[in-house]
Amino acid sequence: MNKARRNPFNLAAAHGILIVYTIIALFPVFVILINSFKERRSIFREPLALPHSESFSTVGYETVFNQGDFFLYFQNSLIVTVASLFFVLLFGAMAAFALAEYKFKGNTLMGLYLALGIMIPIRIGTVAILEMMVATGLVNTLWALILVYTAQGLPLAVFILSEFMRQVSDDLKNAGRIDGLSEYTIFFRLVLPLVRPAMATVAVFNMIPIWNDLWFPLILAPAEETKTLTLGSQVFIGQFVTDWNAVLSALSMAILPVMVLYVIFSRQLIRGITSGAVK
Amino acid sequence: MRQSRIKWHIIVFLAPAVLVYTAIMIVPLFNTLRLSLFTEVDQERVYVGLENFRTLFGDPRWSESFWNALGNNFWFFFIHMLVQNPIGILLAALLSNPRLRFSALYRTAIFVPTILSFVIVGFAWKLILSPIWGIAPEMLDAVGLGFLYQPWLGLEETSLTTLALISVWQFIGIPMMLIYAALLSIPDEILEAGECDGITGMSAFWKIKLPLILPSIGIISILTFVGNFNAFDLIYAAQGALAGPNFATDILGTFMYRTFFGFQLQLGDPHMGSAIASAMFVIILIGVCFYLFAIQSRMRRYQF
Repeated sequence: MNKARRNPFNLAAAHGILIVYTIIALFPVFVILINSFKERRSIFREPLALPHSESFSTVGYETVFNQGDFFLYFQNSLIVTVASLFFVLLFGAMAAFALAEYKFKGNTLMGLYLALGIMIPIRIGTVAILEMMVATGLVNTLWALILVYTAQGLPLAVFILSEFMRQVSDDLKNAGRIDGLSEYTIFFRLVLPLVRPAMATVAVFNMIPIWNDLWFPLILAPAEETKTLTLGSQVFIGQFVTDWNAVLSALSMAILPVMVLYVIFSRQLIRGITSGAVK
Repeated sequence: MRQSRIKWHIIVFLAPAVLVYTAIMIVPLFNTLRLSLFTEVDQERVYVGLENFRTLFGDPRWSESFWNALGNNFWFFFIHMLVQNPIGILLAALLSNPRLRFSALYRTAIFVPTILSFVIVGFAWKLILSPIWGIAPEMLDAVGLGFLYQPWLGLEETSLTTLALISVWQFIGIPMMLIYAALLSIPDEILEAGECDGITGMSAFWKIKLPLILPSIGIISILTFVGNFNAFDLIYAAQGALAGPNFATDILGTFMYRTFFGFQLQLGDPHMGSAIASAMFVIILIGVCFYLFAIQSRMRRYQF
């Protein structure tokens, strides 16, 4: 074994650097959260102190609940994210299966065509996307967002899933064919369950950018009833800029759902990245 | 069995993805490129060729904003490359030590900023750095560096660099994870072979590990490039569409948004917006092609 890897001094230094960076990473979140539970004067007088019996207050959260429609925003974000993920996974897996399983003319070309979108951001086409959504009457509906995020997620999903589907054993599929299963049954009943881990990876990769996106909600669905949580908190904070209690509480409430999702899925996410799915 | 040569199931499998992708992504992309060749006269769309680009690069009012945004965008990217990658590599190298305890805990914690939305990140840092709240000056005072404090986000000279560093803070998790994965995939035999030749510790990192993770650094660089050149959200959340102070933090994304939607007294212009989007497309395309042909194809890949 490496000498350096055994040296206790080096290990202590490594812990030191990592602890310092962990503090840098978590400090802003921590400051926002503790101050959201304080009354106005303590926010300014002792910003780094934990809330105690004297300074504790939920007045910010009350403002947020009375003024902003955060439940509606949350519901919109949830619908958009879940529906987009569903379509990305379903359509992506189907296309990936076709590319991985069948030999047909133009297979490679189709794969390259679908992979184009991995590197070219969909935002470049925003002007024309907005025109199209206006023309089809989809502007200010959640469908506009769902369609855009589905198109945005498909290239990487097809790329990752087809890699995994090539590894599914041919014997299994051929056994199914001999038993008279249709190609559709083979896909849904035999192949899909086997690539479930890859599907989870794709889902987690897509979830965060969709949930956090500000650009498309701002442009395609800025109406009050279709605001997502990210856009809703942006607008709310913009209006309440001087009400520090409300701003801090709104920020905390925007942090909360992502943190919950992260705690649930962090293992999947980190395993997904480190398994080399995006290499 | 020979009645039809068309395999319908292949079409059924491919159709939904290809249709959605083509209709929502590829067609609008080319439509935007096409729209940049038109302009609006008396509410009618008129073909003007490259006139919009001539305005964008030639008219001093436009070209000044464009070059300002492009220059800022390059500085934004430069800070990312200079700060994000070295720190990411350092953290990954520390985490990949097999004897390090709590490694999973550190990884999870350091990745937290990456999952937060730009709105949260922008406002949280704006509050922390604000002279009104005083967290930043107070903390600097505590270590005796209070005289260094300035309202960094509000000054023309420092605001762009500050925002770039905030963005680095947010995204450091991604290079850290990718390089961590690359470091873990280096087999022990190679490191042990190096040890037999007397290469240990730091020199093992520089001479063995770093060359082996170069492909990952290349991927991170191109991901950062594409991400930075269509960035918008953080600047918009922290500084608004006007990218203040005095356009010091204006990048191509905010410039395109303002042109497309209009701001204050200027009306929105979808055609000039398309022209800026086309310029962004060309820049990103050049970056990606440079990566694919000049870097990736020359990089040696090692099979273990």
